[in-house]
Amino acid sequence: MWGKRLNFRVWIRGAALTRRFLAETTPSLALRERAAHQPSLPMFAINTSALFGQLLVGLINGSFYALLSLGLAVIFGLLNIINFAHGALFMMGAFCAYFLLNLAGVGYWGALVLTPVIVGAFGIFLERTMLHRLANLDHLYGLLLTFGLALIIQGLFQNYFGSSGLPYAIPPELTGAQNLGFMFLPNYRAWVVVLSAIVCFATWFAIEKTSLGALLRAATENPALVRAFGVNVPRMITLAYGFGVGLAGLAGVLAAPINQVRPLMGADLIIVVFAVVVIGGMGSILGSIVTGFALGVIEGLTKYIYPEASNTVVFVVMALVLMVKPAGLFGRAS
Amino acid sequence: MSEAALLNVKNLEAWYGESHILHGVDFSVRKGEVATLLGRNGAGKTTTLKSIMGMVAKRRGSVIYEGVETIGLSSDRIARLGIAICPEERGIFASLDVRENLLLPPKIKSGGLAIESILDLFPNLRERMSSQGTKLSGGEQQMLAIARILRTGATLLMLDEPTEGLAPVIIEQIGLTIKKLKESGFTILLVEQNFRFASTVADRYFVMEHGKIIDTFANSELSANMEKLHAYLGV
Ligand SMILES: Nc1ncnc2c1ncn2[C@@H]1O[C@H](COP(=O)(O)OP(=O)(O)O)[C@@H](O)[C@H]1O
Ligand SMILES: [Mg+2]
Repeated sequence: MWGKRLNFRVWIRGAALTRRFLAETTPSLALRERAAHQPSLPMFAINTSALFGQLLVGLINGSFYALLSLGLAVIFGLLNIINFAHGALFMMGAFCAYFLLNLAGVGYWGALVLTPVIVGAFGIFLERTMLHRLANLDHLYGLLLTFGLALIIQGLFQNYFGSSGLPYAIPPELTGAQNLGFMFLPNYRAWVVVLSAIVCFATWFAIEKTSLGALLRAATENPALVRAFGVNVPRMITLAYGFGVGLAGLAGVLAAPINQVRPLMGADLIIVVFAVVVIGGMGSILGSIVTGFALGVIEGLTKYIYPEASNTVVFVVMALVLMVKPAGLFGRAS
Repeated sequence: MSEAALLNVKNLEAWYGESHILHGVDFSVRKGEVATLLGRNGAGKTTTLKSIMGMVAKRRGSVIYEGVETIGLSSDRIARLGIAICPEERGIFASLDVRENLLLPPKIKSGGLAIESILDLFPNLRERMSSQGTKLSGGEQQMLAIARILRTGATLLMLDEPTEGLAPVIIEQIGLTIKKLKESGFTILLVEQNFRFASTVADRYFVMEHGKIIDTFANSELSANMEKLHAYLGV
């Protein structure tokens, strides 16, 4: 499992390329000069464009962490299942966008709407046929089942598509970049961050501030009693799983133009996402969002300050948080 | 079966896993009355309420509500027939504020009380509407637990030991509330250990022991049965 973290090197290499690109295209000569004169002391020679470049990469990663861990939080709350298939479903989201484009001629914007529905429906199928049978069993069974599902789904995709990536183009409306003065902001990346933040906020709002959300929160606490009030809780659980999985599908579409579409794209990401979930507090909605974005940024900063540690910084944070707050930053100690 | 029976429980058996808890419970509740289940700790009173509500997975026998057999129905279906429960542990949701707790149970029929009339019954809740549910005192939590099942349109209210652990003033208030609810047409199935409290509100008593009803009498027969009752309840 840990071997698969290899891909983060790819991300980092990508990040290094971005940094070089940004450094070469930065309008400020003075900055380049400064960077060139103090190459061995990056911590003191603040190369703002490289710093903001890494922060942006961090925010992008954070967007994916937040979307994925948010879905995991919803699923954990209602199903009591740690959904190890989440990374595979994220990958299916990216493939779904790829198929929609190449088999049905449905472009990015159509895929953005259809993919969460299709992947969510697949999730509902998994819940109805398999997961709901584990409802009253130990966490471990759900974990084993979803882990197995992840391996099967990834294995099938690898079998048909190999391990290399399939290209997915940035939609024409979102190509190009904005010159912010201190850095270039690629439009597509800005879009990913903004849309993720909006979706996360809307989900948080729906769960914490609406009457439907009150039902979800109550069912998380005491499903038997909510059901005894006349609510069809099993159907709510199925839909919640579909929704959480749909978020993973959405993240997959968003990722398709950034990473390539690869069978293992989710497997690499999901390990960090689980660390995010643990840091934020298992099942905490706000915790998953805040921690997701924050850890992306921390990772980005680490890449700038001390790139060698960027692979591990999330896990170091996890260890530190667990020492101080075993239930996670936003977790309710029970 | 009496003509006016709203709820008819016949030979009800229930299990938690392998343990057989109810061994053939028989009783009925008439429309508009306050029926009370008495019995020592562990007699099976809570299990009886939960079984009627469909919250015990393994159950057998017959529970007929308004002519509908509910023994095979899920608890959400049973609730939508018009039965509501106020559980022994109160079941106030910690992640919901008082207003959300109050508005949580969905309306299942017309005819429930309006929020205003509910708050008139429980004025203490009025100022606490935006407090977190579990920040309330025990008495307030109990009131909230009763209040939230009044607006759904349910006609049979099952209250599991609503006076447990509460101060005498609050117990008195809950007693008055139960009488008002009866006057407004609710039928109430009450579980009580506090026999003195039950005698102020009950029309009929069912005494439970070891998962069975072992005796039944009306409130008017209370004094004649006092001695027996003391023996049953060990008080
Ligand atoms: N969830 C449970 N699992 C197993 N046994 C239980 C459970 N709840 C109650 N019991 C047992 O069932 C019996 C009846 O309990 P209960 O219905 O709560 O009694 P009462 O409400 O009259 O005090 C007791 O012996 C109790 O230990
Ligand atoms: Mg009890």
